[in-house]
Amino acid sequence: MIRKSLTGLIGLVWAGGASADWALNMPQGVTDLSQETYDLHMMGFWVCTVIGVLVFGVMIFSLIKHRKTSGVAPAKFSHSTSAEVTWTIIPVIILVAMCIPAAKTMIKLEDTRNPDISIVVTGYQWRWHYAYQDQDLAFYSSLARPSLEARQLGSTIDPYSVDNYLLEVDRPMVVPVGAKVRVLLTSNDVIHAWWVPELALKKDAIPGMVNEIWFRAEHTGTVRGQCAELCGKDHGYMPIVVEVVEPDEFDKWLTANGGTPKAVAAAAK
Amino acid sequence: MTTAVADAAHHVEHGPAKGFSRWLFTTNHKDIGTMYLIFSLTMFFVGGTMALIVRSELAQPGLQFVHPEFFNQMTTMHALVMIFGAIMPAFVGLANWMVPLQIGAPDMALPRMNNWSFWILPVAFCMLLSTLFMPGGAPAGGWTMYPPLVLQTGDSFPFLIFSIHLMGLSSIMGAINIIVTIVNMRTPQMVLIRMPLFAWAWLITAYLLLAVMPVLAGAVTMLLTDQFFGTSFFLAAGGGDPVMYQHIFWFFGHPEVYIMILPAFGIVSEIIPTFSRKPLFGHDSMVYALAAIAFLSFIVWAHHMFTVGMPLSGQMFFMFATMMISVPTGVKIFNWASTMWRGAMTFETPMLFALAFVFLFTIGGFSGLMLALVPADIQYHDSYFVVAHFHYVLVPGSLFALMGAAYYWLPKWTGHMYNETAGKVHFWLSAIFVNVLFFPMHFLGLAGMPRRIPDYSTQFADFNMVATIGAFGFGLSQLIFVYVLLTCKKGPPATAEVWDHPKGLEWTVPSPAPYHTFAEPPKVDRTVAFPKDYD
Amino acid sequence: MNDKITSEAKNRSLVVQLLGWVVAMFSFGFFVLPPLYNVFCEITGFGGRTNTAAATVVETPDVNRTVRVEFVTSVNEYAPWEFTADTSSMDVHPGQMYYATFTAKNLTEVSKVAQAVPSISPIVASGHFKKIECFCFTSQDFSAHEQKEMPVQFILDTELPDYIDTVTLQYTFFDTQRVAAAN
Ligand SMILES: [Cu+2]
Ligand SMILES: [Cu+2]
Repeated sequence: MIRKSLTGLIGLVWAGGASADWALNMPQGVTDLSQETYDLHMMGFWVCTVIGVLVFGVMIFSLIKHRKTSGVAPAKFSHSTSAEVTWTIIPVIILVAMCIPAAKTMIKLEDTRNPDISIVVTGYQWRWHYAYQDQDLAFYSSLARPSLEARQLGSTIDPYSVDNYLLEVDRPMVVPVGAKVRVLLTSNDVIHAWWVPELALKKDAIPGMVNEIWFRAEHTGTVRGQCAELCGKDHGYMPIVVEVVEPDEFDKWLTANGGTPKAVAAAAK
Repeated sequence: MTTAVADAAHHVEHGPAKGFSRWLFTTNHKDIGTMYLIFSLTMFFVGGTMALIVRSELAQPGLQFVHPEFFNQMTTMHALVMIFGAIMPAFVGLANWMVPLQIGAPDMALPRMNNWSFWILPVAFCMLLSTLFMPGGAPAGGWTMYPPLVLQTGDSFPFLIFSIHLMGLSSIMGAINIIVTIVNMRTPQMVLIRMPLFAWAWLITAYLLLAVMPVLAGAVTMLLTDQFFGTSFFLAAGGGDPVMYQHIFWFFGHPEVYIMILPAFGIVSEIIPTFSRKPLFGHDSMVYALAAIAFLSFIVWAHHMFTVGMPLSGQMFFMFATMMISVPTGVKIFNWASTMWRGAMTFETPMLFALAFVFLFTIGGFSGLMLALVPADIQYHDSYFVVAHFHYVLVPGSLFALMGAAYYWLPKWTGHMYNETAGKVHFWLSAIFVNVLFFPMHFLGLAGMPRRIPDYSTQFADFNMVATIGAFGFGLSQLIFVYVLLTCKKGPPATAEVWDHPKGLEWTVPSPAPYHTFAEPPKVDRTVAFPKDYD
Repeated sequence: MNDKITSEAKNRSLVVQLLGWVVAMFSFGFFVLPPLYNVFCEITGFGGRTNTAAATVVETPDVNRTVRVEFVTSVNEYAPWEFTADTSSMDVHPGQMYYATFTAKNLTEVSKVAQAVPSISPIVASGHFKKIECFCFTSQDFSAHEQKEMPVQFILDTELPDYIDTVTLQYTFFDTQRVAAAN
């Protein structure tokens, strides 16, 4: 609402807000937790919207009615203990109410038990390295060549002519659909952050430290993300691509790339 | 310091000295205030130019103008210049000018130190800006200077650290001066709780500065020793921890956010009652809210670090503590709304800026509340959503309050009314373009665009173009402000009161304020009514 | 005149107080926070830390419970070592002592010194992961092309929260000479 009314306020006329390029909101993503995160985001948004409409409404009413040109004499009141106590207590209640669902999701986010696959993801200046712990497979994943060529200063290649400009890699991370994937994050040099919006996951990759996150993708398809922590000159050029495939396809992919399929992928389904 | 007080008394009979030495050696709070304000305006345009370079590059996908290295230098320097060079010195300048006038003091308590604390700043910024011409360029690791990345900075690294030390020193000296002035030099009848809110906000801010600037100095000193003297505070190889830097930095960094907003709260609390022709609603609860915000600001720092890996209990504590900040902040907004309620409002330029502050700062507050929800924060963190959030708090927040203050007190400083039409045009263009500039950034962040990147995927192109148009519109609109300042002397003379019966001691001295004011402590009584007197 | 002197004295004493405050805060930031943070991390395991010197523990095996310990190895800044865990994971009983071995090989023609830095995930487990013997307690010297087997003796204490079923132990190899040279 605020967002919509402000969109109006700034006086811009968007042509068809439906097209993907004018995406306004967070993706709902491909995991249960990304959906929960989206719901929390919307809860926060609506709480703010309702409060905003009330407070701004009162102020706008006041701005229209209580102006000198309408000939009113200013009131003299300067405080009201009951009002001040009310608007201290009510926000506290609202905030506590907001924390509860958030805390529930936070507990789930930390629950890394019983993973089907563990992948060690290492940030490098400026690419990612994926190591499948039990499948004997490890590889670097760098910005794909077409993007690499188009991104140079003075390049004559039009970014619009490149598919998934800056969001394509030479070798994506592949995971089976429905499997609980545990991602262990660390770094080779400076701090990076592994962010895939559709998985609602972002975690820092810190040198000398290991961090863990997990996800279980519900549908097959490709999701993309980027490094989110400033890591030097090519920080903008280390995308993440995760391909979610059927378990048998995952096994095929492993074999084709020199890894060893384990029974886990099958067990996931 | 010993001679300083005597000096001030000695000069009572004289006007300002002539020529440049007036400015170089001045100990007059009004001169020093003016220098701070001019310095910060200059830095505002320097930082603004850097922002426009950033926005130009981001107008379209693909690299058009600068290399990624230089882009990172621009984002880093833009932040440092705006925070330490524009916003903070502008508030100190206002404090210099207005705190003695508001509390009936003849000058700042420590005039000599006041002079030093100003002159350190140009030195610090010459040093910082000179890094742009060094081999390896200016610092490019972000204003947050996270190791290990910041340790990859080239020759400019020690200059970065040293300039931050100088800025910190200047802020600390300024803060000490303000505290001593407020505590010791109030006109005898003015009890602390009845002090005007701008002075109150600054008193609390000054204590925040004293508490956290030394911590920042400590953090950057550790960076320096890690780089050059073989320590391993933040180097994992030597048993250190890069995450510890983030804890120390944000222990400074979150109160720093309030250092940049509390004086703005004070300004808005001065302007709204004047143009509503009503006393400020809940003066005392405004003071308590300021103090509560200041206290809470020390226990929320890790909300900047939800993605570094923290025990669940820690995440929950910081989420809840952060949310609690919106309670006293809400009190302030409700009190401003109540001040306006049933007033007799007029909408001169200062009031317009103050009103825009209340509306737009609240939007920044809302996104702040959303950012406190940890799972959602994990999505927002280091994305353009955060960029939108803190720019809403700092631009239509802090900066609009500063602009409002400048228009509000300009007639008092110069003795002339500024060009109201130009002021209103400045306001409306700023208010429109600031939203064109920053509102689309919310959408970009939600759609998945990380911050601090020089180039982006084509799906982000449209809103980036809108933001860039807004940036140029906003930047160019600020030239109107310069025009207003330059033409101010031509305006009609201002009365002592300037506005319609504003409350406060500053309106009892003539406009322009004489070089020396309140040689004798003024009487505070019902004619310069302080909030409680309305009871 | 007397007024002036008292106000000056008042100012001076307040300035001294405030300067004391500044010095205290700087010392707090510079001298107190880092060791405090380290102590805090060692107690709570915040930041995935584990003990940096040999721990003394008593064995009290809880045979009814099995926890998987996974090993992850990394080298920092492409440091010239081949560094691997001999087994990628072990199933252990809390309260019982175990050995794991790691192998590292210097890939260069010159002698090298490595420092291994351990880290544990999930964070809550790190306070419960005790190392009795570890190659990470001191730096490791490698002659040219030397290959070394390095043991770690550890115990997961029985206090480990029961909702944890997997603990990851990561070691990162840092080339200490390079770190020193960079300084
Ligand atoms: Cu990165
Ligand atoms: Cu904060």
